[in-house]
Amino acid sequence: MSAPTLDRPAAPDEAALQAHFDAVIAAGHRIEPRDWMPEGYRQGLIRQIAQHAHSEIIGMQPEGDWLLAAPSLRRKAILLAKVQDEAGHGMYLYSAAETLGADRADLTDKLIERRQKYSSIFNYPTLTYADVGVIGWLVDGAAICNQVPLCRSSYGPYARAMIRVCKEESFHQRQGYELLMTMMAGSDAQRAMVADAVDRWWWPSLMMFGPPDDDSPNSAQSMRWGVKRHSNDELRQRFVDMTVPQAAVLGVTLPDPELALDPATGRYRFGPIDWSELKAVIAGNGPCNAERIARRRAARDDNAWVTEAATAYASKHAA
Amino acid sequence: MSTDLTAEGGHGAVPTGPEVPVEPKASTARRDWPLYEVFVRGKRGLNHVHVGSLHAPDDEMAVHAARDLYTRRNEGVSIWVVRSADITASSPDEKDPMFAPNGDKVYRHPTFYEIPENVPHM
Repeated sequence: MSAPTLDRPAAPDEAALQAHFDAVIAAGHRIEPRDWMPEGYRQGLIRQIAQHAHSEIIGMQPEGDWLLAAPSLRRKAILLAKVQDEAGHGMYLYSAAETLGADRADLTDKLIERRQKYSSIFNYPTLTYADVGVIGWLVDGAAICNQVPLCRSSYGPYARAMIRVCKEESFHQRQGYELLMTMMAGSDAQRAMVADAVDRWWWPSLMMFGPPDDDSPNSAQSMRWGVKRHSNDELRQRFVDMTVPQAAVLGVTLPDPELALDPATGRYRFGPIDWSELKAVIAGNGPCNAERIARRRAARDDNAWVTEAATAYASKHAA
Repeated sequence: MSTDLTAEGGHGAVPTGPEVPVEPKASTARRDWPLYEVFVRGKRGLNHVHVGSLHAPDDEMAVHAARDLYTRRNEGVSIWVVRSADITASSPDEKDPMFAPNGDKVYRHPTFYEIPENVPHM
């Protein structure tokens, strides 16, 4: 008989831990921060959540460019609230990444050093105020398609963050659509602006869903782990099916001559996507890649004195 | 087409291959801000519920940041913040869970007791 107080658990049995993890996933239950998880699951999640967070933070910039040029106080208040939400979404997500052992400031450094990426869509410029509307309608619409299934992601903190994000994204999409309806009811010049913005953002919005399924080898593992719930192509198709009728109500033409309802499936067929463009933008050669990173770097470095002052104040008053 | 892209991150296609570094790194100044867990009371009569976390230099700043971050739409009437390091928690995945001893105490539940149908108000 061994001494009762000296018994320590044996070294963890990896196979048993893996089996327990698999059973939790199979049962559709959530993995929580202090659970054992395969290293690939943890690393993959950190990567995904961090890049999602980076996208929210960088995503403040294209629309932020119009904060000082909003056409009315009403539009300015709306845009401010939206950009503030994007910051909040980034914070929810960094918070979730930290539950996996990542360090928030370190993730920001990796973004600035271009060692981690953000969504390709934010490397396009916002040329007119119609772009603000189109981003809300198409870009946030595509984001909602991607994000709603993530509310059921197998990792609890990520799923909970996504629930908060999705509640707020609905406002983003609706304000964009309303903005576009207002412009479409305006002058010919305003309608032309909307048409131009739709032409520029439509294809990049479709690219937001990532490469086609037969060229997306990581997806299978991600779906097995319940991190991802639907394939890239399925989500892209859902977005097209949702958006085409919205475009009709708005009275805009989507820039795809092949776009047509398939009577057999009830879904919309669309033309081929130029994947070389997505590849180029992700490789850093989009119109605004350098500008986006430079501004994020400036935000970190130029404001460092504020955080240092707050730290100094806190340590002075800690005693 | 590169084989290490995914749209799983919600806002669009990003690379996720093994070349994208995720390993933790040592701290510098900003990282000295402690992590706080945030709890929000949705309305009077409800408990405070955990909503997430944030970094702040001190307790007071943590409350202000929590207000900005977690109650932009009247989500709460009261906020608690507590340093994450001060929380002691059970481990959810222990092999012999600390909650197992309750499993066989079915007599703690009202449904354990059979009462005739004709007994009112029970």
